[in-house]
Amino acid sequence: MNDMKHRILCLAAASTVAFAAALPVAAQQTYDRIHFLVPGGAGGGWDGAARGVGEALTAAGLVVNASFENMSGGGGGLAFTYLIDNAASNHGTLMVQSTPLIIRGLTGEISQTFRDAVPIAGVLGDYGALVVAQDSEIHTFQDFLDAYAANPDAVATGGGSVPGGMDHLVVSLILEAAGVNAEDVQYIPYDAGGTAMAGLLSGEVVALSTGFSEAVDMAAAGEVRILGLTALERLEEFPDVPTFAEQGAEMEFVNWRGFFAAPGLPEEEADAFVATLKAMMETPEWEAVRARNGWTNIWYAGDDFTEFLTNQEEEMREMMTDLGFL
Amino acid sequence: MLDGILLGLSTALSVQNLFLVTMGCMIGTLIGMLPGLGPMSIIAIMIPIAIGIGDPSGALILLAGVYYGAIFGGSTSSILINAPGVASTVATSFDGYPMARRGEAGKALTVAAIASFIGGSVGAILLMIFAPALSSVALLFHSAEYFALMVLGLAAIAAFSGQGNVAKAVLMTLLGLIMATVGEGALFNVARFTMGFPQLQSGFGFITLAMAMFALPEAIFLVMHPARSGKGDKSAAIGKLRITRQDARDMAPVVGRQSLQGFFIGVLPGAGATIASFLGYAVERNLASPAEREKFGKGSVKGLAAPESANNAACSGSFVPLLTLGIPGSGTTAILLGALISLNVTPGPRLMTDSPEIFWAVIISMYIGNVVLLVLNLPLIPYIAKLLSVPRPFLIPFILFFTLMGSYIGQNNPTELLILVLLGIGATALRMADYPLAPLLIGFILGRMMEDNFSRAMQLYRGPSFLWERPMTAALLVLALILLVLPTWRSRRERKRKIDTSMGD
Repeated sequence: MNDMKHRILCLAAASTVAFAAALPVAAQQTYDRIHFLVPGGAGGGWDGAARGVGEALTAAGLVVNASFENMSGGGGGLAFTYLIDNAASNHGTLMVQSTPLIIRGLTGEISQTFRDAVPIAGVLGDYGALVVAQDSEIHTFQDFLDAYAANPDAVATGGGSVPGGMDHLVVSLILEAAGVNAEDVQYIPYDAGGTAMAGLLSGEVVALSTGFSEAVDMAAAGEVRILGLTALERLEEFPDVPTFAEQGAEMEFVNWRGFFAAPGLPEEEADAFVATLKAMMETPEWEAVRARNGWTNIWYAGDDFTEFLTNQEEEMREMMTDLGFL
Repeated sequence: MLDGILLGLSTALSVQNLFLVTMGCMIGTLIGMLPGLGPMSIIAIMIPIAIGIGDPSGALILLAGVYYGAIFGGSTSSILINAPGVASTVATSFDGYPMARRGEAGKALTVAAIASFIGGSVGAILLMIFAPALSSVALLFHSAEYFALMVLGLAAIAAFSGQGNVAKAVLMTLLGLIMATVGEGALFNVARFTMGFPQLQSGFGFITLAMAMFALPEAIFLVMHPARSGKGDKSAAIGKLRITRQDARDMAPVVGRQSLQGFFIGVLPGAGATIASFLGYAVERNLASPAEREKFGKGSVKGLAAPESANNAACSGSFVPLLTLGIPGSGTTAILLGALISLNVTPGPRLMTDSPEIFWAVIISMYIGNVVLLVLNLPLIPYIAKLLSVPRPFLIPFILFFTLMGSYIGQNNPTELLILVLLGIGATALRMADYPLAPLLIGFILGRMMEDNFSRAMQLYRGPSFLWERPMTAALLVLALILLVLPTWRSRRERKRKIDTSMGD
């Protein structure tokens, strides 16, 4: 009981501080309703993120009602167009997006970029990882590099995105950071995690470029070895998993998921969204949702978020140009 | 293993778990009847509730009930209103709907329920015995073999063509394949044939196409031929519920074969229930005597029992890679995998040794789910089938409503409705010209998977050499060729024999 009270006090203090820093005039507000616009179908990654955040917000009492709208199409671009076209009536709407927004924006699949909406905050992220089957002859990232140097086709790497998509870019970024030309990487696209995993275990591909949380689950089942993860430092929760940075490939990649508001949103309303999300991140309710889904917290808000997105866009643009996708 | 079974039984047979599996079956059946809400979405909806239970076995038992209930519910809408909500029940409507129109809706539902029950149960038993051994078999298939398997499925199209319609069936298959290329392909993130509509970027939706090919033309035909629907259609009467001894005798070998075949196809991740149901239908049609073959597509008990037992057995089969390797073979098992992981259960080679009670509870709960489903649904069938005794003028708007809702609900996208209506009009025109629509839908379903696997194999081998370098691929392709040529050869031989006998007169 005491502990609970303490937590609530801390939380109140934390959110007040966050608020005071962001905007002195506005007070902590409880939303009657936040509407989440999900650019993909029910059950997908965006959907999970929106519903998880919505659940935590309502459970923590920060929002009375969270509503969700799935609007798939155009690789996420359809929902974006809708938000822009109906900006005036969507001040209470948060659209969820993730790294593919940057990639698809660069290829022109999505005609908008993150600059066309109001970036609110990146709240959760997933590092990338490279895994091989447990019985593979490749034990370390160096082994992988040696095999690649001998014959790039011998280390075919699978992933869940199209060529030129996120998983392909991540493995290319890793190789380039190790000083190797990534143009020859034999990238094999699979449609979803399941078939990619089957491809790895059946020996069709030698390695898999995948999200770290998924890699951890596979490793826990005893089927794969993680060659490295795309963080700069080892993660506290997984001290045994080496980073690529420490294996000679100085690089970082985070697949973020974050929220955007309609263009033309008054600044104080944007700040209020930021404050509410920030407050949510510190609640036990969010912690429960986060742990259940195996997500990693990140926090980029407002201008920091824009800067983060700008940097990622630049990195991706370089990589995609090198690989001939732009 | 006996210890394991007993362990599973003692877990699954608690009062709480029996209640959960019953609830799951009921919810699954009811929601599953609505086209547009397949097992995948229903399970996704139920996951928070299942996790709320806290105990992993209980949660799994609830979800298994929902899973089987939803599959059975899906068959119901295929049989009663020709609206298959899931790809794996498309084949069910081929003979189920004609039966219902003939006034045998009750019998059709009973056949489906029994065939599903046996398929599911046999699948669960095979899973129990072979799961550890089969995990390696699931990995024998590379993209090249999957491609060949899809070709095999397409070659079976001849089975759906009916008489003298082979050219038309092939044409419709090609149209289906072409439609499958709309949207982004596997190898390039470039939108193809979208004509600038972002709504088409990920291709046509399966449910929209299924509704447009089957349910919508059906409703339009009912409107256009009121006389035919009033008189020729006896489905106002529910018809007898009982299956005759002859029916049972017809069904038995079909169900037996398809339970086995379905299970083994289901073991392959990515192939699953859809291919199992199509191949099951095609194989049984080829095995049937010429007289029986005539009845396929016109309300044959065998033609209904084959896909129903195959798709249920395949669902059990898909648990093999899920439980032993942690590989989800279908969208539905992928969602189940997500649920398992949130319950702190990691499926994989260690599951059986680390937490045997969960492994066995899953298997036993699948079996119990099947039994409960049968017990629950057999008495309900007369009431479900009564739906068809609703007078036509009321039933048609009802079908239209569910058709439109089904295609809207998955995407929440009004453009989907426009696409549905346009395709529906096209499908109606094709049907008037006597073109079969099933091959189009099958071509569409298999086309996507075929293209993905083909392009992967092409890229891995840097050319088409996988076609002859991989023995199993070659074998499957030869089998496909035989399946394609066999009906033509057979009919030619029959014609020749007729000529011979007439010459002998």
